Amino acid sequence: MSICLELFAAFFRIGIFTFGGGYAMLPLLERECVEKKKWTSREELLDYFAIGQCTPGIIAVNTATFVGCKEKGFWGGLSATLGVVAPSVIIISLIAALLSNFARIPAVINAFAGIRVAVCVLILNSVVKLFRSSVKDGLTLGVFLIVAVLSIVLTGESPIVFVLAAAVLGIAVRVWFAGKGAGK
Amino acid sequence: MILLRLYWEFFKVGLFAVGGGLATLPFLYSMGETTGWFGTADVADMLAVSESTPGPIGVNMATYVGFGQMGLPGALVATLGLVTPCFLIILAIAAALHSFRNNKYVDAAFSTLRPASTGLIAAAGWSVFILVLTNVQAFRESGELLRLFRWGSVGLFILLWVLTNLVKPLKKLHPVVFLALAAVAGIVFHMDGA
Repeated sequence: MSICLELFAAFFRIGIFTFGGGYAMLPLLERECVEKKKWTSREELLDYFAIGQCTPGIIAVNTATFVGCKEKGFWGGLSATLGVVAPSVIIISLIAALLSNFARIPAVINAFAGIRVAVCVLILNSVVKLFRSSVKDGLTLGVFLIVAVLSIVLTGESPIVFVLAAAVLGIAVRVWFAGKGAGK
Repeated sequence: MILLRLYWEFFKVGLFAVGGGLATLPFLYSMGETTGWFGTADVADMLAVSESTPGPIGVNMATYVGFGQMGLPGALVATLGLVTPCFLIILAIAAALHSFRNNKYVDAAFSTLRPASTGLIAAAGWSVFILVLTNVQAFRESGELLRLFRWGSVGLFILLWVLTNLVKPLKKLHPVVFLALAAVAGIVFHMDGA
């Protein structure tokens, strides 16, 4: 099977099961792209998420474009992007055509109350894995804690601020250490 | 003509909504006002549908509005419009990133970007936790600490956590197995929406 078809199929599967937006796709992304296909490492996935926070557009789409592009350039990016949006287009078109009161059906409400709990558990499991691959020393632990706490406390603050501050801090500390090392 | 307009309106949303997901909401409200394609209540309805179907809210909204205006071609064109700007921008960044792969400044920046990214995800997870596992309103109204938690959800949460972390043969199952299990539990126990 050609790599573009494989990308389309993998991201189609991710798109189908992404309930509740961007972050909910993380466990599926990890499974398809890191564990099964080995298209990216966990670290790269975090890079894509960080960049996705600062660029316009939908994080799911951004990440799909990144992974696809890395595998097979422009056409790979296009295949993955179309794959991740295709399920939504199909499902929403069906709902728009057939079920105008979909979100008010009692069984749907009950099922999704349950699904949200599962999404919580899956996100928690992902965060634990990401924590292990991104927090390596005191500096990275500090960045994790400060960003997590501040973005909970300061709701409404744009994630761009945190992402940019973290990048500047990383360069400053590394360059400062490098400079001190060279001065000896 | 409407197809072009759909493409252009959603292109603008895709270009300016930074941060994904709910960041598209304000743009959708203003689009409803300027085009008359939908009202504020439609956006609220759509938000509910989006939360109960897979896929990013922006894509769902584009499909829904496009379908309402022009059927399936409208749905496709609106969605493509939304996706085009981020696709092009990421394409450019991916190319730039590729040529700076071994740059020490880029390396240094990413070493702290990763924990920051994890922190943002943890914070987003936290807000979902609060929404799903607690009922602050019931606690405020009754003053009873026991009513702060949705015990049914907390029980399901603990069960699923144990299944996905401590039971070896289940750890490697596809996440959709647990989503389906939770959906069935929701229906059987008549769990109510957060």
